[in-house]
Amino acid sequence: MPKTRDPEPLVDSKEKNSADASNTQPLFGRFSRRSFLTQLGAASLAATTAPLAHAAAATQAPAETTEKTAVPGAVPVTLKINGQTHQIMLEPRVTLLDALRENLQMPGTKKGCDHGQCGACTVHLNGRRVNSCLSFAIMHQNDEITTIEGLAQHGELHPVQAAFIEHDGFQCGYCTSGQIMSGAALLKEPIGKEDVDVREAMSGNICRCGAYNNIVAAVQQVRQSA
Amino acid sequence: MQAFRYSQPKSIDNAVEANGRQNSKFIAGGTTLVDLMKLNVEKPTALVDVNGLPLDRIEPSSDGGLKIGALVRNSDLAWNSNVKQRYSVLSEALLAGASPQLRNMATTGGNLLQRTRCYYFRDTNYQCNKREPGSGCAAIDGFHRIHAVLGGSEHCIATHPSDMAVAMMALEATVHLRGAQGERSVALNDFYLVPGTTPEKENVLEPGELITYVTLPPLPQGTRSHYLKLRDRASYEFALASAAIVVQVSGGKIQHARVAMGGVGTKPWRSKEAEQALQGREANEHTFRAAAEAALKPAKPLRDNAFKVELAKRAIVRALQVTTQTA
Repeated sequence: MPKTRDPEPLVDSKEKNSADASNTQPLFGRFSRRSFLTQLGAASLAATTAPLAHAAAATQAPAETTEKTAVPGAVPVTLKINGQTHQIMLEPRVTLLDALRENLQMPGTKKGCDHGQCGACTVHLNGRRVNSCLSFAIMHQNDEITTIEGLAQHGELHPVQAAFIEHDGFQCGYCTSGQIMSGAALLKEPIGKEDVDVREAMSGNICRCGAYNNIVAAVQQVRQSA
Repeated sequence: MQAFRYSQPKSIDNAVEANGRQNSKFIAGGTTLVDLMKLNVEKPTALVDVNGLPLDRIEPSSDGGLKIGALVRNSDLAWNSNVKQRYSVLSEALLAGASPQLRNMATTGGNLLQRTRCYYFRDTNYQCNKREPGSGCAAIDGFHRIHAVLGGSEHCIATHPSDMAVAMMALEATVHLRGAQGERSVALNDFYLVPGTTPEKENVLEPGELITYVTLPPLPQGTRSHYLKLRDRASYEFALASAAIVVQVSGGKIQHARVAMGGVGTKPWRSKEAEQALQGREANEHTFRAAAEAALKPAKPLRDNAFKVELAKRAIVRALQVTTQTA
């Protein structure tokens, strides 16, 4: 699975620069599906002949920051995500999930039900899996937050990511980042060895395509090889 | 979601003081509150984040029992070696509830204060006396398959959703509170209220009062316990009926028995009738069934939830079999 990173600017321009400098080169250029679609939309009707080239040009344009667009009630919030510190202005009612997706341009964490029922929004807080939709970002200023974007280390996929590819642990892919975050966290939890134990421990992650058998196989392969 | 002021006090006194304002709420794990705020069922204008308070420890208590901080996460409580060994009913109940992600967030104090899963409470388009006192109850004439058969009134038949609290009922837990007037302790059995004419009032907490600890008394030597949860799915679903049993048998006779039920009552439901039917009797099938009959005798089922009466009886019998079978 190619490691991609969105080219949209982070809200804080200082952070953006340090993030750019420290990040490893994306394996798949500076494209993601989201940046492509966003730029395609902005390009409007005229660009139908060469949308890819157009989008590519647009993404390399100087970053327009959305910084300091005054949201009433927004307060400074500092979040440590995947080892990087981000300082942004957030209203207290912004969930951690929305802060990641909408304010920090990290859309790898998915919004499914938005009510803690599907697990698509699973991230790690200090190494433990949680539903990011049911928590306000402002409550996590002292936590180490890990998202799917930060799971691979030094250009190497996390073993659970690699096992999902090997076992085809997905179909449409929408629940996958949550499934993988859950699978990665359960490696450190005191659960039983059997498939039935993994099914129970993964029951907070719903897959509407029904890739459950392959998901269990992927998680079990990592546990058995650990 | 309505906007709110946010504060994160560092001491219990400051937290209690900060929550003295009208329409202010404590937030810990947030798994119930944030959900209901998104649905506009809960509309606090201020949130007091208590996660910074020093209430996250599990310690032995002076009487030989256990003292559990209100901020101890459900997963930490479930996996605590002391809880697993001595209070297995509590560990089992916690692990039967919610999902691993939610258990990593949800706290001991918050779990006690979970709100009902009644569809009509959660949907502001419907009448609900609990959400809007005096508006009526849409559940009584509506779909009420998941609703209570014990403790209901003509104003409300919503169940209490917690598994943890059911186990704590059978363990005779005590809840410790801190408010503007100081500290007090309430037996969990007296903490919850049945709906009566005021379904909006679910417990004896005063406005601004904070749960600080839950204590569990020591159990008699040789006590065994078990939580059995019956539901529509194998995992990640609320109970249709559940049974928490704490029992001690010697010489074939039941010396000590505590029985509580989940999924069937408007509060976590302890049955003293069932306990009396067990006390001093032979630990056999006949006794268990008699206890189950006694537990559900006060039941008032409606059209869709009558099945819960028999289901709850079988849960009690089965859980008693498990806890009394000789190895």
